[in-house]
Amino acid sequence: MYLVIEQLLNGLQFGLLLFLLAAGLTLVFGIMDFVNLAHGSLYMMGAYFAATFVAWTGSFVLGTLMALGATLLLGIVLEYVALRHLYGRDHLDQVLATFGLILFFNDAVRLIWGPAGLALPLPAWLTVPVQIIPGVYYPAYRLMIIVVALAVAALLYLVVMRTRIGMLIRAGASNREMIGALGINIKLLFTLVFGLGAALAGLAGLMQAPILTVQIGMGENILILAFVIIVIGGIGSIRGAFMAAIFVGIIDTMGRAFLPDLLRKVLSGAAASTAAPALSSMLIYLLMAIVLVVRPEGLFPAAKR
Amino acid sequence: MKMPKLNASNAVAAIVCAALVLLPVYSAVTGNIFILTLFTRIVILALAAASLNLIMGYGGMMSFGHAAYLGIGGYAVGILAAEGFGSGFIQWPVALAVSALFALVVGALSLRTRGVYFIMITLAFAQMAYYIASALSRYGGDDGLTVYKRSDFAGLINLSDRTQFYYLCLACLFGGLYLIWRIVNSRFGLVVQGVRSNEQRMQAIGFHANRYRLVCFVIAGTICGLAGALLANNTDFVSPAVMYWTRSGDLMVMVILGGMGSLFGPVIGAIVFLVLEELLSQFTEYWALIMGPLLLLIVLFARGGIMGLLGRTHRA
Repeated sequence: MYLVIEQLLNGLQFGLLLFLLAAGLTLVFGIMDFVNLAHGSLYMMGAYFAATFVAWTGSFVLGTLMALGATLLLGIVLEYVALRHLYGRDHLDQVLATFGLILFFNDAVRLIWGPAGLALPLPAWLTVPVQIIPGVYYPAYRLMIIVVALAVAALLYLVVMRTRIGMLIRAGASNREMIGALGINIKLLFTLVFGLGAALAGLAGLMQAPILTVQIGMGENILILAFVIIVIGGIGSIRGAFMAAIFVGIIDTMGRAFLPDLLRKVLSGAAASTAAPALSSMLIYLLMAIVLVVRPEGLFPAAKR
Repeated sequence: MKMPKLNASNAVAAIVCAALVLLPVYSAVTGNIFILTLFTRIVILALAAASLNLIMGYGGMMSFGHAAYLGIGGYAVGILAAEGFGSGFIQWPVALAVSALFALVVGALSLRTRGVYFIMITLAFAQMAYYIASALSRYGGDDGLTVYKRSDFAGLINLSDRTQFYYLCLACLFGGLYLIWRIVNSRFGLVVQGVRSNEQRMQAIGFHANRYRLVCFVIAGTICGLAGALLANNTDFVSPAVMYWTRSGDLMVMVILGGMGSLFGPVIGAIVFLVLEELLSQFTEYWALIMGPLLLLIVLFARGGIMGLLGRTHRA
């Protein structure tokens, strides 16, 4: 039973992390109609920046804050120099161009930091287990990820639903030309949204960094998961991304934790040990395929253009 | 059926074809075996890219999971070889049939969606194939499967001979291109292109759009399965990495680089992409540092790819 609670929390934590990544992606997708494969690279850069700055300053909090700023800046520069010229182009062009950026970032990281991975050590106060309910301990750091991600999600909700800039973002998502015609500086708005998305991806990357190693290509697998999430949730819908991210995070984690045992009860040992890893990795994609077949627009489609 | 006209892009295509045919002669004269090995791989991937072009360029179906067929064709050969079925007369038809079947299932489900959703669902299916292959612990799992003996064609052709194998690959490429050319200019192909331009109108004049699309999707998958069987024989090895989504991205790059919707474009694209990769990686370990921005520049400034620059585009 404790194992189930622990895995549920792990799933929630993973799902929230995925949400941070997917939120930026779905904003950029929904508002600029831009498919950004390089989003995973920003996630990777966030992790590398954090590992570097934390080692440099010696402070976890200061280092990660600097890394967050650096990713935000990188996103804005990237948008300003290259990506803004791709808005309004064919999705395929965007896929190709940002695919090129992935190649670029992977090799740039290899050149700067070397091919070996980096580790981002946690400060002592984050490594202690916390007793969440009597008898159940959970790592403080993972708990912190959950809290931070929930806070960011709440903040994002407030910004998008309650502020003027959020109103512009929503208006931009439903009709770009119209808000441009109403005298809003869309170029600036787009740059801001892209920077926000980049910072969210960087945040996800640097929070994941202490759990996994910081390495080249770390953004690629998780990028595909983030795409799966925004497709399941409905492109452009932050609420959909949130629901789908938690759903996907929990299903993925629970599948990996419990599917092998479940299969062993049904199948023979050898067959189960072959099928389980494949099935648990596939579960998410299977889910997406089913959702797309049943509801081709995703579960929570954003307002129609 | 229209006859090819004499213009810049057709001249380039003819010159490239001639060069590809004469390459083994050059290799034999100069003793440069490396170039033959490199171009065997290029020819195989050009066939895969050409098949992707059939659905992407002519059919408007942006599949982001095309590398799956490379793996499926390859695994069909590898698994049959590992189980003692060394004959190419068994291996290759199985490779084609399994690829066609996979394409049929993926196509039937994916074609319910459009646009970005289609890109993503084809990607999802390819990832599933990737994970299935990774889990095949009997056949190497993550580490991949070594093909100890190349497909045996009962003395008709010896695949272990570099030159013979190269010509076999080239024959497959030319055969594939001819097939695609015939398809594109047939009534069937015109319907598929019509659906790409305006689906509603084609529906309205009585064509069952999705059926045409699906058949086209299956043909492309089958051709790519053939490329997969060739690739496994070329490298004597097949691994899940062949199906990873970045490989599908490479194929897309080849098609777009060469010129989407131009018959010979993917071949040019494959040659330019892979030769560039080879040259850059000789020049520096960090070849992608140059290749990445180059792709960006091509997208920004050279729409329609290389064939587009040569002045003949079919792009809608």
